[in-house]
Amino acid sequence: MKIDNSLPLEYSTEENRLKILGFWIFLGAEIALFSTLFTVYFVLVNGVGNGPSPKDIYELKMVLIQTFLLLTSSFTIGLGIHAMRLGLKKAMMTFFIITLVLGLGFLVFEIEEFITYVHEGATIQTSGFLSSLFTLLGTHGLHVTFGLFWGTAILMQVKKQGFTPETTNKSFIFSLYWHFLDVVWIFIFSFVYLKGLM
Amino acid sequence: MKIKWALLSLIFTITTVLTGCDQPLLVLDPKGPQAKTLSDTIIFSMVIMAGILLVVYILYAYMLTKYRASKMGEDYEPPHEEGSHTLEIIWTLIPVIIVVVLSVVTVRSTSDVEAVPKGYEEDKPLVIYASSSNWKWHFSYPEEGIETVNYVNIPTDRPVEFRLYSHGPISSFWIPQLAGQKYAMNAMINELNLVADAPGSYIGKNSNFNGKGFAHMDFEAQAMTASEYVQWVEDVKETAPKLSEKEFNSLLEIDFVGRKTYSSNHLTFSPPPVGNHGHNPDEKDGKDASEDESNSHEEHNQH
Amino acid sequence: MKWDEFFVFTHDPMLFAAMISIVLGGLAIFVGLTYFKKWGYLWTEWLTTVDHKRIGVMYILVALVMLFRGGVDALLMRAQSAVPENGLLNAQHYNEIFTTHGLLMILFMAMPFIIGLMNVIIPLQIGARDVAFPRLNAVSFWLFAAGAALLNISFVIGGSPDAGWTAYFPLASLEYSPTVGNNYYSLALQISGIGTLMTGINFIVTILKMRAPGMTLMKMPMFTWSVLITNVIIVFAFPVLTVALALMMLDRQFGTQFFTMSNGGMDMLWANLFWVWAHPEVYIVILPAFGIYSEIISTFARKNLYGYKSMVVSMVAISLLSFLVWAHHFYTMGQGVMANSIFSIATMAIAVPTGVKMFNWLFTLHKGKITFTTPMLYSLAFIPIFTIGGVTGVMLGMASADYQYHNTMFLVAHFHYVLIPGTVFAVIAGFHYWYPKVFGYQLNERLGKLGFWLITISFNVAFMPLFILGLNGMTRRMYTYSEETGFGPLNMLSFVGALGLALGFIVLVYNIYWSARYSPRDTSGDPYDARSPEWSTHSPVPVYNFAIVPTINSLDAFWYAKKNKAPFFEGKYEPIHMPSNSGQPFLMGVAFCFWGFFMVFSWWIPAIISALGIFATMIYRTFERDHGYYISVEEIERTENALRGDKQ
Ligand SMILES: [Cu+2]
Repeated sequence: MKIDNSLPLEYSTEENRLKILGFWIFLGAEIALFSTLFTVYFVLVNGVGNGPSPKDIYELKMVLIQTFLLLTSSFTIGLGIHAMRLGLKKAMMTFFIITLVLGLGFLVFEIEEFITYVHEGATIQTSGFLSSLFTLLGTHGLHVTFGLFWGTAILMQVKKQGFTPETTNKSFIFSLYWHFLDVVWIFIFSFVYLKGLM
Repeated sequence: MKIKWALLSLIFTITTVLTGCDQPLLVLDPKGPQAKTLSDTIIFSMVIMAGILLVVYILYAYMLTKYRASKMGEDYEPPHEEGSHTLEIIWTLIPVIIVVVLSVVTVRSTSDVEAVPKGYEEDKPLVIYASSSNWKWHFSYPEEGIETVNYVNIPTDRPVEFRLYSHGPISSFWIPQLAGQKYAMNAMINELNLVADAPGSYIGKNSNFNGKGFAHMDFEAQAMTASEYVQWVEDVKETAPKLSEKEFNSLLEIDFVGRKTYSSNHLTFSPPPVGNHGHNPDEKDGKDASEDESNSHEEHNQH
Repeated sequence: MKWDEFFVFTHDPMLFAAMISIVLGGLAIFVGLTYFKKWGYLWTEWLTTVDHKRIGVMYILVALVMLFRGGVDALLMRAQSAVPENGLLNAQHYNEIFTTHGLLMILFMAMPFIIGLMNVIIPLQIGARDVAFPRLNAVSFWLFAAGAALLNISFVIGGSPDAGWTAYFPLASLEYSPTVGNNYYSLALQISGIGTLMTGINFIVTILKMRAPGMTLMKMPMFTWSVLITNVIIVFAFPVLTVALALMMLDRQFGTQFFTMSNGGMDMLWANLFWVWAHPEVYIVILPAFGIYSEIISTFARKNLYGYKSMVVSMVAISLLSFLVWAHHFYTMGQGVMANSIFSIATMAIAVPTGVKMFNWLFTLHKGKITFTTPMLYSLAFIPIFTIGGVTGVMLGMASADYQYHNTMFLVAHFHYVLIPGTVFAVIAGFHYWYPKVFGYQLNERLGKLGFWLITISFNVAFMPLFILGLNGMTRRMYTYSEETGFGPLNMLSFVGALGLALGFIVLVYNIYWSARYSPRDTSGDPYDARSPEWSTHSPVPVYNFAIVPTINSLDAFWYAKKNKAPFFEGKYEPIHMPSNSGQPFLMGVAFCFWGFFMVFSWWIPAIISALGIFATMIYRTFERDHGYYISVEEIERTENALRGDKQ
């Protein structure tokens, strides 16, 4: 395996560079996926049937907490990658752990929000609007959940093996994924919640 | 290659002989202005397409006969040809011109057949609600107050405005000799304008697959003179039974049914949908259907 | 669920016969493998392989089996329609058959055949040793295979989807399609679709990053270009399918209201999502076909491809337009003159770049030296027949006229005139063309040509009549029609054509058998004196593809190297790094297949267990430390000498 030392470790081998490009393309596909879900939501947002409308159920406070948690986690993972570039294993792991804890917090509040909706009689089966809302949020939430497991697996490998071309590559790609989820959330926050509350 | 051409032309002759001589093809045998517009459009496009095919086939035959290896000699080396800008411009521009011409024809003919046929704009149209359920068609005449199942009678030389909807899966309302088809869907009304020029019995059908009984979902559209039509409506009002809600619901339930005639219609107790998708059809009030005309028209254009 | 709803074959003799033959066939394979002690060979050489060539061969093998299945469906359909009031099939059976025919032919025959050829050829054409992600490639294949298996199981267990391959709502909803058939639809397509998406990513990276030194984008062979563009379409179109299928599953199995008729759902949302994917899908199977034809026509005209640049530009234009025309599938929805006009114009505009390609192929023949081999015959037949498909496509694109063609046999005839000479002829041509590269011997030319004439002529006999039937008002998907309609004779003619097509495919398969036994070994590696780099290495191709990676300094560099008697490979052998085989992708596919099956029947506990199985394979993958292996210089020398035919 040829290692190019002029590049950061995560870019240092041919295989690593291919993986990063491949992941960017995967994110392109993810953009198409979420765009479709957003389109479905916008098409059905007025299809409230006999159920509640967006205004009836959205609660800004809950959403703001989720937004805060996820935005912060995006920042901390950035710090984590920065620490990784500097070769600081401990710092990197700490930032990653903070990121995952924040992600978990986000998830807890999101589930809390879902439970509130269901108690208000707004389930995924109630109306076209709610089906599309739960599916959009749920898909994002599942991505976060998957990210928690994935991030944990990467942390275990970093802990055991230290910074190698493989582990840094995985960590870097994971950070791309996490930032992406953050960007999607910003769209959800603006175009689902804020627009719905307006 | 020669065998192939011989065979191809053979197929063409067989098919034309098989269909051509006894009666013209349904779509190309229009009996009303809408179908006439469409048939003219189709024939016009066929002529242009035949021209394109001819050009391609001549070039093709030329290349294949002239440049086969057996004719070129052992040591012939084909030249390197990068491409030619002049030629490329030609075979981009000419198709562009053809597409522009076809686009103009398309836009014109589409707006023609979507509107009330020319010359009939002033006449009061006959409104008929055509709705599909399982594998039958219900025709409700709101003004006459009558309803038929699996056949529809219309007067000639008077614009007819079909308002289409479905009590279940999407179907497509089609009387090939009178007008092009349009979908009948659950939560919105689609409008189809047509005029019949000549009295006669025309085949009507659902063309959109909607389940088991799809193949049997045809109806007869009978065009009759104005006086015959008035007479028929009178007869129906006098002789046919009333359509009760119970009877109508049982009609919706069953798969197939023969022809039926009633001296009242279901619009009063089971109103047609208003508005576009996303609205709950149960929510709407039972307003008189004709009042909603502008409403439904506006909204279904938003798609 | 009742027992006889589960085993649907118990109340239909035809299905029962099919079931018996499946069981017997499976048993025969099992016994055969055990008797000849081939289980180990199967596992180590095929099921665990990450070699792009073998994965490609497996794709094509599955595609051929699916071609058989879809072809039997087609024959049954044409047989049922051959005479009025036929009682061969009942409505339900007919509806299932035309649904699975469409699904199998598009998603499990045309696409895997294309992806198979792509797998075998692309790394060879760009001078690479494998794809960018060999393991992911195996995962793609096994997910595809899992989806294909699932859809085929539906045939005998639970019932096939029966709402058409378009599965329009509300028809495909639980209310109107209560069997599990459409659950199979959503899950089988979902699983194989994810595999296809992975393929898309894999090949974009492969083509962008792994080309041989010197091969700039504009020096890539045309097939590689077409595959690159196709995979870009895949990456942007397949997520839409993923969403559509997920919503379908949620609506049918979890009571959501996306496409329902009340509670704020919208039935036409499905149609829109479906066609936003399905129209580009057509180009996913047609663009690589264009690439294949470009290769073959230029090889057998012994001339460079005419207008290379405009070929590339026109493909890019087609790929962009392909995302902008989906609504032409439902002009009749009542979307108004304005929308219909816009989509009409966009649709007809596709004819322009397609026409450019057509003329470029014709001018590649100009001043050429044409030899009529089997692959060339298919490529040459493509031009006039596909043009018929193309011009009728323009006719269908005209919104007003479409009010008369929509849902009729005219439409059916049109898309068969596009997809058969377009895609099917191309994959058969490519199959014949590249067969020696993979197996080291050519398919027999006489049998190949016999098959060609049977297929081409029968195709026209089978589908030309449908144009006329459509104009005569015959709608598609009718399981029966009455005598008075007058549809009988032409349908009979079409059935005769279908039989001829079947005969043609039998000849093709027989040719594979015959050639395997009697065809002489091709030792040159370049039997056609061809132009692109895949012909520069040995046939069959060694596992590492190229002992030395070639340097490419022009389009058709291999051709010029031969002409100028210049060496194509320069340098000396170095150890080659190769990825190691793994059973993980196969096991993942198996887990996905079980998961899909349990999901179809809403058996949650087994479904969750299978899902955990899927995760287990993923966790295994992330903790796995596998750096592949090296092939030593001595071993390369030994292989090269043996392939060159040297005695040691
Ligand atoms: Cu299309």
